Amino acid sequence: MATLGHYTSKLTGPVAQSGQCLLFLMRMISSIRFSAAQVRSVLQQIYLIGARSLVIVMICGFFVGMVLSLQAINALEQFGASDQVSLLVVKSLFRELGPVLTALLFAGRAGTSVTAEIGLMKATNQIEAMELMAIDPIQIIALPRFIASLISLPLLTAMFNALAILGSVVFSIGVMDMDAGIFWSKLQTGIYFYKDFVGGMWKSLVFGGLVGLVAVFFGYTAKPTGAGVGTATTNTVVLSSVLILVFDFIMTSFFT
Amino acid sequence: MEQAKIIKTAIRIRDLVFRRGRNTILDGISMDIQQGSIVAFMGPSGVGKTTILRLISGQLKPDEGTIEVNGQMVSRMSDRELHRFRRNIGVLLQDGALFTDLTVFENIATPLREHTDLPEPLLRRLVMSKLNAVGLGGIEDLMPHELSGGMARRVAFARAVVLDPGIMLYDEPMTGLDPIAVSTIRTLMRETNDALGLTSIVVTHNVTQMSQLVDYCYIMASAKIAGEGPPQELNSSTEPSVNQFMNGKMEGPIPFHYQTPGTPWGLLD
Repeated sequence: MATLGHYTSKLTGPVAQSGQCLLFLMRMISSIRFSAAQVRSVLQQIYLIGARSLVIVMICGFFVGMVLSLQAINALEQFGASDQVSLLVVKSLFRELGPVLTALLFAGRAGTSVTAEIGLMKATNQIEAMELMAIDPIQIIALPRFIASLISLPLLTAMFNALAILGSVVFSIGVMDMDAGIFWSKLQTGIYFYKDFVGGMWKSLVFGGLVGLVAVFFGYTAKPTGAGVGTATTNTVVLSSVLILVFDFIMTSFFT
Repeated sequence: MEQAKIIKTAIRIRDLVFRRGRNTILDGISMDIQQGSIVAFMGPSGVGKTTILRLISGQLKPDEGTIEVNGQMVSRMSDRELHRFRRNIGVLLQDGALFTDLTVFENIATPLREHTDLPEPLLRRLVMSKLNAVGLGGIEDLMPHELSGGMARRVAFARAVVLDPGIMLYDEPMTGLDPIAVSTIRTLMRETNDALGLTSIVVTHNVTQMSQLVDYCYIMASAKIAGEGPPQELNSSTEPSVNQFMNGKMEGPIPFHYQTPGTPWGLLD
């Protein structure tokens, strides 16, 4: 009987946590006020979690663009189609690699810092102090970080894509002596704004929401100890990464 | 004709029972706390002192019994009512719990920004007056990590009283402070309480610090109130639990070992 109870709780635990997470999301949404203070707080968080992730996203984007071009040229050369490299690279970037890789980087860089920050605030009784001052910590702490994540990730994805294209240009045209006219004309004729670019941006908006929600939820529900905050931070990266890949497949199969 | 002094009860607790799982933390506690007084809940660690504070502030709900603060039934309040109620209470937590990413000024200004629409110059003047009242004028731009323990506690005190609450709750306000900082906090607590006519509750296990400050003490042991009265009277109490606690004796009804249900205590007789 005890074993049955053990396995039942193993099964019901994640379900209950998902429910708590959704309720947390509802509480965040219901605490939106559009006040000047809230807008200021969101902008501050966009700077802290968005703008400060810019460097790592740009560096990674540049090298991803270069390595994609290298692999694409090697593969396409066998079929005499190496002039299609820009099309292959940018299509895969806009549709999949840009949103997914940026979201994974964002989960590692910004998601962890949000969880650790909120978890530490909980461990040092700052959240309790807010509740006792009749200040809603979800409105003041969680919501601005969630909205900032939602806004920042699509912008970072666009930046990642731009730098990846630059990396591709540097490698294809600069290193492999490909004709610049062919490179750009293939892009002009083969890449569609709504189908390719906007489709990827929608994905990154969803990923931004996922990472933001997971990060603030795990921070807010972290055990107020050093180990508790550490576990919550790890959980944020693991769950965010899994959810990004699962939702990527779901969105690609249903909406593309 | 001598004018009769009207004594008003600020906090009324009746038959309070609170359990955590199978453990009964508080068992049938009743008390009346008079307005304008400073009252201490004292007792050994883990006896449920902080739990009472959390029940009064509405963070916890009692399993049985009622808590009435200034005529409002805290134990039956909805979340919205609790939110409104807490604007009238100030809480000083054990470690101050300052917001680490805000300056001293913003820490004190946060409750004002959230609950009032004061223009910035007036808000600034109010924050500075509270900061000056705790003797820390001029440190408004420092971050909490740049403060000593005593200074941080005084800033937290200024933040707790910035909305001029009617009730102040202190959770171990002097733990870890040097003797000068203890005297400073004690003086601030007394002066603020008397000047603003507050009702203050202090949770502590430090007998000597509290006997110089509070008007009335409740000594807690084994989930109940073991003794109550002015500190001077409790010092000479013959009640075994009170006597053991006030004099710091190891032998007595308050056990040294943590008692689990399965421990065969009879073997030790």
